[in-house]
Amino acid sequence: MESKDYLKDLGEIKQLMNKSSRFISLSGLSGILAGFYAIIGAAVAYWLVISYSNGTLILDSKIFRLVLLDLILIAVLSIITAVILTTRKAKKHGEKIWDNTSKRLVINFLIPLLAGGFYILIILNQQKYGQTGALMLIFYGLALINASKYSIGNIRYLGIIEIILGLICALFPGYGFWLWVLGFGIMHIIYGTWMHFKYDNN
Amino acid sequence: MSIINNINKVFDHRIRLGIMSILMVNEYADFNTLKELLGATDGNLASHTKALEKAEYITVEKQFIGRKPNTRYTTTKLGRIEFNKHIDALEKLINNQ
Repeated sequence: MESKDYLKDLGEIKQLMNKSSRFISLSGLSGILAGFYAIIGAAVAYWLVISYSNGTLILDSKIFRLVLLDLILIAVLSIITAVILTTRKAKKHGEKIWDNTSKRLVINFLIPLLAGGFYILIILNQQKYGQTGALMLIFYGLALINASKYSIGNIRYLGIIEIILGLICALFPGYGFWLWVLGFGIMHIIYGTWMHFKYDNN
Repeated sequence: MSIINNINKVFDHRIRLGIMSILMVNEYADFNTLKELLGATDGNLASHTKALEKAEYITVEKQFIGRKPNTRYTTTKLGRIEFNKHIDALEKLINNQ
């Protein structure tokens, strides 16, 4: 064998290692859309609180429940968009959407996310809601970092950014709303755009 | 000469190298997964897994999922060591030229 063959061997090894252990058909476009949903949802929540609740949020009020519903809608819409666009991209690549790699990705993403979600619900029930924004950012960041081992490695850095924003948010709860918009809205749009141009078009 | 010595004859085939690559980054893989990823035929893949098993680089575990037989492959410690040596040797060969 010549060195050219060895080089080809190494390339093939790397490709097989990636293909067999990582799900790489994540769509960048779904990140951009998730960012827009977050910003629109945040604007709705802001408007609700300013115009019907005098700028403060009282637990167990009608407005509070509407804001909660708004948050759930953002999450559900983002997930549906991600599933549809990722399925489309996987089909185009001739990859299976539900195989070992995507299963592993979803499971590892959900573990920190659900742990955080339940934790937030529990402390909301105990009337401690000052840190909700920070906790959402931190647990979402941890979920991204955990998932990055099974997908495009770069989402790890988005995870780190979300955690840093979450910690800043914990220090300055007064800016919680704006940091939430920055983390879930603007960062998703920036990251999604970057991913879209790097991975979606080839 | 030491570099040449580290080129492992057992790995000197595309499919075998492929099987090892997949098993290095996964806890295990079953026969069908390997077949799909490598684009090999049943007989071809079976003969190469047998060769790796004989060299004790992988272990085979047969079980039933429901009523379907399922064959799982895992690397052995020896297999991982030898594979890493092989890759190092390949890299050195390329860099030396």
